[in-house]
Amino acid sequence: MIEEIRRLIAKHCNMPGDVAALTEDADLYGAGLSSFASVQLMLAIEDRYDVEFPERMLNRKTFASIGSIAQALRQIVPEGMAA
Amino acid sequence: MNAITQSTDKIASEAHDLSARARRAGVVAAKFADNIDAENRFPQEGIDALKAERLLGIMVPVDLGGEGANISQIAEVCAVLGQYCSSTAMIYSMHMIKLSSLVAHGTAYEWHCNIMRRIAAEQLLLASSTTEAGSGDLRNSTCAVVRDGANFRLEKDATCISYGELADMILVTARANPESPSTDQVLVVALKGQYKLERTFDWDTLGMRGTRSQGYKFDCTAPVEQIIPQPFAEIAAQSMLATCHLLWGALWYGIASEAFNRAQAFVKAAARRSPNAIGPGGLRLAEASVTLQEMRAVVVDGLKRYEAACRMEDPSSSMSYLVAMNNVKVSASALMVKVLDQAVMICGLPGYKNNTPYSLTRLMRDAHSARIMISNDRILSNTSSLLLMARQDATLLG
Repeated sequence: MIEEIRRLIAKHCNMPGDVAALTEDADLYGAGLSSFASVQLMLAIEDRYDVEFPERMLNRKTFASIGSIAQALRQIVPEGMAA
Repeated sequence: MNAITQSTDKIASEAHDLSARARRAGVVAAKFADNIDAENRFPQEGIDALKAERLLGIMVPVDLGGEGANISQIAEVCAVLGQYCSSTAMIYSMHMIKLSSLVAHGTAYEWHCNIMRRIAAEQLLLASSTTEAGSGDLRNSTCAVVRDGANFRLEKDATCISYGELADMILVTARANPESPSTDQVLVVALKGQYKLERTFDWDTLGMRGTRSQGYKFDCTAPVEQIIPQPFAEIAAQSMLATCHLLWGALWYGIASEAFNRAQAFVKAAARRSPNAIGPGGLRLAEASVTLQEMRAVVVDGLKRYEAACRMEDPSSSMSYLVAMNNVKVSASALMVKVLDQAVMICGLPGYKNNTPYSLTRLMRDAHSARIMISNDRILSNTSSLLLMARQDATLLG
């Protein structure tokens, strides 16, 4: 899941630096994630896993790092789908 | 009298006191409002009156020598001032928006606590520099803080610093260091004497002429401890944007109220002359009161949401909250223009002319700044992307 999120960031977020070098807890906003790009990322993740983030997860914190995205995602992706 | 009633009474009397002080300052500012507009100058008399009423430091926490006023109390002051002099009210609101960044994000740091003490004690005026020539906007900087030992140097080609030369300090956005991406920003507090300002653009506008929002080449050297440690992304999201939309909405409500008052006076004067025939002006005034009430509701709802959000752990976190704050700005700015439009149709030529008791000319020109200052189109485009994430709350009371 971590690698998949990293792939989606590289594809959709137009990050200034090397996405492969981002650690799980690296601050994505500090690394250049714009608010618009975070929306693109959310849509890409929802599409990839066929889920919808509930309102309580739609905040800056959820998309602050690859790890926090994965943590949120694990709560809503049905078991066995979380590849 | 029980404790709850007592504390409610205390809050009510403090609010009343702030409004009364704002009104006294406003009366002074109003005397010079036409002259400021005509001469395209800074409303020195209005700002001096605000200082005399000690209104510049009211947001500073009590233990730092301020009055710990909350957003609603400050919005009320802005609404009062808006009725008297748009430029004085706008400068006051911009000062408060900057001060909110210090109050919300600076209380953990000694330097920032000391500067808040000075702001309250010496009634210092804060200005802001966020926009930048080239690609810089609020959330993207081109310029960067360059650290050299205990000091930093910051040079910025600022397209607009309102009342820059008259302020006691300027809060400036910049990239955190020369290697940072454009979105990795910090907010720097630069004190008068630490920076040079070289004017690049003049401020000769339709309205809001007293804000003197000129362009400058800004060049500052100051100790690194003056940089607010929290990333600017969080400052913008948690305090700055919402405070900006709410305080501007409040002062715009003041401007619209004043226009409404003039229209109402016009209708009353006509009714006195011919009591049995209230003309179309009466009907238009009724319509204008609907618009004014809509405007008030939008601002008050925004203030309530902000205060509710402040009680939450991460106030800026919810997308629907950010949408709601954006909507306050878009709605209040458009409704103000609508009230002015209704008022001028009511007052007719006396409203369209300068120097009549019903003149609306300056207010109309001032009002037209609102949809442009942080363009509503830009805010709507930001909202449109937020709406891909936000879920609409269909309940009435939340």
